[in-house]
Amino acid sequence: MSDILIDIQHLSFSRGERQIYRDMNMQVQRGKLTAIMGPSGIGKTTLLKLIGGQLKPDSGNILFEGQNIPALSRAELYQARKKMSMLFQSGALFTEMTVFDNVAFPLREHTKLSESLIRRIVLMKLEAVGLRGARDLMPAELSGGMARRAALARAIALDPELIMYDEPFAGQDPISMGVIVRLIRELNNALGLTSVVVSHDVTEVMSIADYVYVVADKTVIGQGTPEQLRQDPSPLVQQFLRGEADGAVPFHYKAAAYEDELMELTR
Amino acid sequence: MIADRLQQIGQQAINSVRGFGRAGLMLAGALIGKPNLRKNFPLLVKQLYVVGVLSLLIILVSGLFIGMVLALQGYNVLVKFGAEGMLGPLVSLSLLRELGPVVTALLFAGRAGSALTAEIGLMKATEQLSSMEMMAVDPLRRIIAPRFWAGVICMPLLALIFNAVGILGGHLVGVEWLGVDAGSYWSAMQANVDLYQDVMNGVIKSVVFALVVIWIALHKGYDAIPTSEGISRATTETVVTASLAVLGFDFILTAVMFGG
Repeated sequence: MSDILIDIQHLSFSRGERQIYRDMNMQVQRGKLTAIMGPSGIGKTTLLKLIGGQLKPDSGNILFEGQNIPALSRAELYQARKKMSMLFQSGALFTEMTVFDNVAFPLREHTKLSESLIRRIVLMKLEAVGLRGARDLMPAELSGGMARRAALARAIALDPELIMYDEPFAGQDPISMGVIVRLIRELNNALGLTSVVVSHDVTEVMSIADYVYVVADKTVIGQGTPEQLRQDPSPLVQQFLRGEADGAVPFHYKAAAYEDELMELTR
Repeated sequence: MIADRLQQIGQQAINSVRGFGRAGLMLAGALIGKPNLRKNFPLLVKQLYVVGVLSLLIILVSGLFIGMVLALQGYNVLVKFGAEGMLGPLVSLSLLRELGPVVTALLFAGRAGSALTAEIGLMKATEQLSSMEMMAVDPLRRIIAPRFWAGVICMPLLALIFNAVGILGGHLVGVEWLGVDAGSYWSAMQANVDLYQDVMNGVIKSVVFALVVIWIALHKGYDAIPTSEGISRATTETVVTASLAVLGFDFILTAVMFGG
């Protein structure tokens, strides 16, 4: 088996008139935690949807275990999706079911396991995220951090090969943030998962990732282990890592010269 | 100027054809394929409850009042000709042929249709549909299909209940209050209502309305722009489009059924 689980080759994608990716290459190693960072609005979530086959690229290949996702038939795509799972930013729990039923959902859909076995698996998964006691609550009764953990339990219910996290740290208080950071790292190691984390929270990502890609300007602008990345000479990468307001990415949105516009008003 | 206008009209035509295409694809995706009874039957039952049973109250109350009003108005006219014995057929034919199916469909669009649109639109906005897809579960089969069938099964039944309650309402006002003879109310009704021509045609109408209303409601929800504004617009569009479509189809069906 090859060491590369996801191989993105020459990916181009545009939404309407706006090009999001141009000729991008990226590889995700099996069993590793790969992070994709970049300023917001560059289509990081889009990338996950491309990997999951929910969107089709304009050109390029997205190989998942050697299968080219955009070229798969519907049935093959659904088979491939059983091996991956995705944690959405909002958690995306089904609001009309309890936490227990949410976690049981993929098991009931895709396996013929008995209810008692499903119950045991669900409790194990909930225990792993520390929510065994919350199994009878409805999603609306959970806090944001708990909802994300419940969604995480659901995402690992079928023991996928790959788990994709969409902005797992956004909008969390420091404690839930710490919990989720630890969970992502531990699940990756304990279950032998491959993880892809999309985020713009530099500190958290740099603390847990094995390999980091920095995406900006429609393509990969920097990559490497967190150590290598800190040494990266690119001003854009450095600006992003240090969180400076102005630099290679200008603070101002593209506009006509300031003086000209002010002058126009006085005219 | 004229070219611009033409372009606009063309654009609108293309958009509406696209909309029809997407709606058709959605329905085909939901309905074509091998049904899995073990999994789908419980989902259907739940939707029958949500879409049908929960709509029962508004249907019962509206049916009763419409029957009562029909009897009151009809009596005032008929009594001038000494024909109040024909009150039964007047009430029952109005209900069976027109008011039952049409008013039920309009109420259904407002009560259940808007709820379905909002529910599915919100599922889309909160990424529930997306996450279902990522779990290799087809949201069309899992979310859209049971709701569609529930609507198609429920609405004709609701229309029949509406008719029955309406006729009882007519009885209440006509016979109990205004003093029409009970025997003539029922026997004239029996003599003038034809099972196929009146009852069945009403049911056929109601099935057509059900297909139209539920399809529009599901499509508007599934196609909604996933923002709060988009969902509110989709919900409004469901009620407006579905109501207009029902009235339009009613005219066509009436012309075909009773026109000749």
